[in-house]
Amino acid sequence: MSNQANYEQMYSKSPRTALPAGGEAPDFSLRSTPDQWVTLSEFRGQPVIVAFYPADWSPVCGDQMALYNEILPEFQKLGAALVGISVDGTWCHAAFAKDRKLHFPLLADFEPKGAVARSYGVYREKDGVSERALFVIDADGFIHWSHVSPVGVNPGAAGILSALEELQTKKEAAAVS
Amino acid sequence: MKHELVERLTVPMGKRDHILGPENASATLLEYGDYECPFCGAAHMLVKAILESVGDRICFAFRHFPLSNAHPHAESAAEAAEAAGAQGAFWEMHDVLFENQDALDYDDLAEYAAILELDASRLIMEIRANAYAGRVREDFSSGLRSGVNGTPTFFINGVRYDGPRAVEPMVAALTYSGG
Repeated sequence: MSNQANYEQMYSKSPRTALPAGGEAPDFSLRSTPDQWVTLSEFRGQPVIVAFYPADWSPVCGDQMALYNEILPEFQKLGAALVGISVDGTWCHAAFAKDRKLHFPLLADFEPKGAVARSYGVYREKDGVSERALFVIDADGFIHWSHVSPVGVNPGAAGILSALEELQTKKEAAAVS
Repeated sequence: MKHELVERLTVPMGKRDHILGPENASATLLEYGDYECPFCGAAHMLVKAILESVGDRICFAFRHFPLSNAHPHAESAAEAAEAAGAQGAFWEMHDVLFENQDALDYDDLAEYAAILELDASRLIMEIRANAYAGRVREDFSSGLRSGVNGTPTFFINGVRYDGPRAVEPMVAALTYSGG
């Protein structure tokens, strides 16, 4: 919690404009490495967790991404893919991912800066970084759940897991009927 | 989806847990922890101090939350505690692991088992065979669903404790919430 005061000083408060559940998730293509791109619509057919975070290396992000790294098998069991997005460039992402031994892609919302975060309504103009925001996108490309947490607070995984479980229950019910 | 303001244990403290203290305690303290995490090492001393102060009135349980990408020995250490538990010495191993956070190789684990007069070769064999991996995973999963976002995370009477990690406020929380 001691980080929180620093964060609040560092990052100004911004209005909550995150895209809500129900709408179509804006498509995007972002670099995951200097020569590879990841496109959201390529995941069609499976749920995708999109985790926007303010910056590589900041302590809460580290913890949050480290936690998601550990939970990857649980996410995969629920059929979901995970991508992290921040405004950091690909070389920074590569160093961060290597240091934290991350097993999922970090995408660079780098040029034009923050464009994808803006399209999801989670860009903090004044600070030049994204909110700490989570989106669970269903297999058809619609936002099933979204959540914005205070920049200094690790949102954890409970919300993501219950959203994925809901999607799975829905899918099973659809298969039966 | 509604997001609850307080995080609660999704799997209440029960028979499957390793528990210290009286069964009819007025309050419960539960920790999700990782034997290789330095913050959990510090919290271990804190828990000892809390138990010294109100241990006759509360019961304490420990669940595993190993962050094994960050802490390469955390998973086998958690399984070692379970393996020692199968030989009736969970808490003894728990203490030794927290007191030796920087020495958690198989050789070290075998040495601790021997010091605790356990069957060390059985313990190592069980760890190598991942005999308790499922049990550790159960703890981890219940933590994820209860709002454990890092270690250590404490729950007082089933509600996540987000206050300062120090003896006084935690004893106060245990005292007031216990009624």
